[in-house]
Amino acid sequence: MAADMRLPVIRKPVSLSVSAFDRKDLVVPGDVITSDTGFMRGHGTYVDEDKLTASVAGEVQRVDKLICVRPLKTRFNGEVGDVVVGRITEVQQKRWKVETNSRLDSVLLLSSVNLPGGELRRRSAEDELTMREYLQEGDLISAEVQSVFSDGALSLHTRSLKYGKLGQGVLVQLSPSLIKRQKTHFHNLPCGASIILGNNGFVWLYPTPEQQEEEAGGFYTSLEPVSLSDREVISRLQNCLLALATHKVLLYDTSVLYCYESSLQHQVKDILKPEVMEEIVMLTQQKLLEQEG
Amino acid sequence: MATVQVSEAEKVYILHGIRDDLRVDGRGCEDYRHMEIETDVVSNTDGSAKVTLGYTAVLVGIKAEIGKPRPMVADEGYLEFFVDCSANATPEFEGRGGEELGTELSNTLYKVFNNKHSVDLKSLCISAGEHCWVLYIDVLLLQCDGNLYDAISIAIKAALFNTKIPRVNISADNEGGKEIELSDDPYDCVRLNVENVPCIVTLCKVGHRHVVDATLQEKACSVASLIISVTNKGTVTCVRKMGGGSLDPESVFEMTEAGKRVGKALHAPLMKLLQEEESLGKKRHKVGFLG
Repeated sequence: MAADMRLPVIRKPVSLSVSAFDRKDLVVPGDVITSDTGFMRGHGTYVDEDKLTASVAGEVQRVDKLICVRPLKTRFNGEVGDVVVGRITEVQQKRWKVETNSRLDSVLLLSSVNLPGGELRRRSAEDELTMREYLQEGDLISAEVQSVFSDGALSLHTRSLKYGKLGQGVLVQLSPSLIKRQKTHFHNLPCGASIILGNNGFVWLYPTPEQQEEEAGGFYTSLEPVSLSDREVISRLQNCLLALATHKVLLYDTSVLYCYESSLQHQVKDILKPEVMEEIVMLTQQKLLEQEG
Repeated sequence: MATVQVSEAEKVYILHGIRDDLRVDGRGCEDYRHMEIETDVVSNTDGSAKVTLGYTAVLVGIKAEIGKPRPMVADEGYLEFFVDCSANATPEFEGRGGEELGTELSNTLYKVFNNKHSVDLKSLCISAGEHCWVLYIDVLLLQCDGNLYDAISIAIKAALFNTKIPRVNISADNEGGKEIELSDDPYDCVRLNVENVPCIVTLCKVGHRHVVDATLQEKACSVASLIISVTNKGTVTCVRKMGGGSLDPESVFEMTEAGKRVGKALHAPLMKLLQEEESLGKKRHKVGFLG
């Protein structure tokens, strides 16, 4: 019951990897990228007295003669094929609006979801009327980016059994820059829970399902209580994710798992204390370095 | 109020978790999140404090000004509250969006703190009926992640502890009038006695149980909550029910008891921390807002 009160302490993010000062490709606003006039000005840059200068903090990317700065603190810039976790904000005619942490709400068309019962069938007017039965405002979904509109808005699809409505679990909202791009973003972690690392920075933690109910088409959600042991694992994973994000460690299955293992000696609720967080992240980074060789 | 959307399945998950006394972040039902308190963060106030509770952050500044006492209580000073909901906390507060919440908060704070049992208002009196100190307590919400009342009340208590009111002398001048003279020494100050200042505990009824320090997600699952202000002796000074749902008498009693217990336990560590910070004096590293 005791409340944990303390004085704030200045804490630096722990990092065992190469110091950011040695990275030449990282810039802050106002940094001169090049004074050579032969380059083209891309996103995140401007020309100040014939010098190409960064306007955002981030990583310099060079494609031939074009120089861009990819910001580190940003909303989600979706690309085709990205896995996202999103929340339905609106049900409209033939489409759902989805909050995916990008600048504009994404759309999920009725024609790009798998409806229950039957692989391919025409979407009838009846389907349109019962859209809210499948997904309503506030529901969470996992989906894939199908296409990007010219204004940057995303069109999503859930035409695969791995995507669809999400049931019981915990959503953790982090920065999209922290998610490492990988072959698969769905993982059944050996610690007893599953994780969807959405490219948009939304991470979904849920108890590993025992068997897939295929005929339900992904719209049925079980409301059975989750066992206490599963809950503990999920809570621990959530706190680990927050700890890693606070110290700006890239998130992928290995880093999350190592962090989970490092946290085992602490109680779940203690993980979020700054000094414990620091210790766990430090251990995780050590393990990651060892594994890299 | 800043709100979040929560799907039905998430609600069920949170509800069952609270039933099993294991909340989403691993806390039990009566645990607070990690709290950081720093006083003397704003240099142009007489007392200030910043409190962060999880991802909730509030800043309280207190300015003392000389004013006229209220006619009903001529020998007491008084407190004035203003709550500013910064649009930095949530976009909903943009424009006039935060006004309603701000008034609601300041009215409640006024009820809880502006009485002689909480703050020694008599010590704010300079000369009865003519002059008194008015403490303008400004609360700024920097980040909202649930449980505003508790964070604000703790910040107010810390800021009141930190408040230094200049010492004044009253001397009669030649024409028989009174003259207020401020001490020349800027360190010649009066401190307030904050021993009886209450802390507010918000209890949210979620399912059949109640939790303290609810996050926004948990708040979204709760239909009604009870805010209870408790002094260090465990005396309940104010109870208010918030939210549209109803509470049965039995759970009101249970929640009051829990609130008393939790609230009483808040004071000792808070005072210990404030005194520790005070004793550090000039050696203290100020963290402020960029730490």
